[in-house]
Amino acid sequence: MNRDSARIFGHYSLVVVLAMICVGPIYVMIMTSLKDEVLMFSKTPVWFFFPTLSNYHDVLFGENFLRYLINSIVIGLGSTIVCLALGGLAAYAIARKEFFGRGFFIYATLLIRMVPPAVMAVPIFALWGMWELDQERMGLSFFYIAMNLPFTVWLLYSFVQQIPVELEEAAIVDGATQFQVFYKVIFPLMKSGYAVAAIFTFRIAWNEFLLALILTDRYSRTMPVAISLFLTDEGVEWGRIMAMGSLLVIPPLVLTFFAARHIIQGLTAGAVKG
Amino acid sequence: MALKKSFLGTYMFVVPAGFIMALGLLYPLVMAFQLSFFDWGMGTPWESRESMGVGWFVYMLSDKAVWESFWVTLRFGFWVVSIEMIIGTLLALLLEKPIRGASIFRTMFILPLMISPVVVGLIWRYLFDARAGMINYYLGVIGIKPVLWLASPEMALTSLIISDIWQWTPFIFIIVLAGLQALPSEVVEASRIDGANWWQSTLLVKLPMIKTVLLIALLMRIIDVYKVVEVVFILTFGGPGRSTELLALHIYKTAFTAQQLGYASAISILLLAIVTLLSILVLAFANPMKEQKE
Repeated sequence: MNRDSARIFGHYSLVVVLAMICVGPIYVMIMTSLKDEVLMFSKTPVWFFFPTLSNYHDVLFGENFLRYLINSIVIGLGSTIVCLALGGLAAYAIARKEFFGRGFFIYATLLIRMVPPAVMAVPIFALWGMWELDQERMGLSFFYIAMNLPFTVWLLYSFVQQIPVELEEAAIVDGATQFQVFYKVIFPLMKSGYAVAAIFTFRIAWNEFLLALILTDRYSRTMPVAISLFLTDEGVEWGRIMAMGSLLVIPPLVLTFFAARHIIQGLTAGAVKG
Repeated sequence: MALKKSFLGTYMFVVPAGFIMALGLLYPLVMAFQLSFFDWGMGTPWESRESMGVGWFVYMLSDKAVWESFWVTLRFGFWVVSIEMIIGTLLALLLEKPIRGASIFRTMFILPLMISPVVVGLIWRYLFDARAGMINYYLGVIGIKPVLWLASPEMALTSLIISDIWQWTPFIFIIVLAGLQALPSEVVEASRIDGANWWQSTLLVKLPMIKTVLLIALLMRIIDVYKVVEVVFILTFGGPGRSTELLALHIYKTAFTAQQLGYASAISILLLAIVTLLSILVLAFANPMKEQKE
């Protein structure tokens, strides 16, 4: 073996090991969710076995889990759509227009993005209680929209900037109104920007736990909260918990496999373009 | 900046987003300040709050629990950020050359970043489980005695650190890799032609050229450390004792277990101050919305 092929071999071995480390724990979770109780408590880990869906059956047809699943879907999709609609408009205005308060808007947006959710927890709990938004899907969705707006605005802002201004000027000369310029010229050119923003907003709304725990009751609860409560309430039933966890990771897994390129674009947007 | 047409029209674009952020983020932040000056227990009406002045902040100075959790956060942050930066950067340097099938591997690398922190906590709680856990089993196979990962104060923080490294090293890897691949290839090639070996071209050419990327990644990770709450909530809930009680979790517990909303707000302000300082630093280095110089 010459030096070059040795290098390539080393490269592949390293990459495969790393991929196994990244995927392994998730794989273990899914495997565990497919085991019955006997296998679960066997002394040695069992890697090959006849899978059972009984854990999924128990989870989906008991304990209101279906309701929590629907809550998660409604809140995740609803907040994502509103956030993209409003964030896109604001991003366009910041990139292209001069207005009073623009500088403040930009800095406030950037700084607020960094605030830890734990800091927001107490005042949001107090305010939502006063406004009677707590324990409603509406209330949690509203917080997710607000929380995701800063990232959405600055991500879409960078996409607007890549569009040549001449296109809009031409449309205005042709008599288009501001909103027509946005919907007919800008929006179609930013589809991939919206895709990146959609993935990240949906992911956060879907995965978020802390505020969901504080702001929901047993009717409006989302999946992460349901899982955590199940974990503490009745000892640890790993089979069913892992089935819940596996259900929760389906959307992120699907998104990752179909849109990895967009995700990497979103992850690196802040640091690399700078 | 060329398009300036209808003044009112512009506000139609910004006001909806601005209104929601003001109501859902800015106002709650103001509220956090306001709450921190009152003694207000959960479940009691807002009118029954008692003014504390700066009482909570004075009390905080001598509150061992706060400083303990701050210290836990610092230790946790030190280990995760330095290990993730080193491993992530090293891997990016080693795996920089494109190979066939790179995109499928990259997809697998970002999986830990995409799944819910609650699930990350679950998975690691299962793996670290002293009896049923796979880690102890395989340690046993190679002759190491079972470790009380989550049940001993010494190992619980280590366990939390391991799970965080698993989740976030890919982030550093992806960012540094993107930075490396954005470098103009002529520069690195030129150093090769001038006789630099791999070490020299890495240490003297590549790393200095991506130092802004590294710095931003570093600062972003440091800020993220103060946000960690979900994984530790599931993994150990701060225990045993206070050995894994990160500051963010301590706020949650003060507010919703001890039910002291006012005091929890005061600690929130401390956390907010730390993160704001760090954020201003980030923006000084890289403002993603800075005006593009013509």
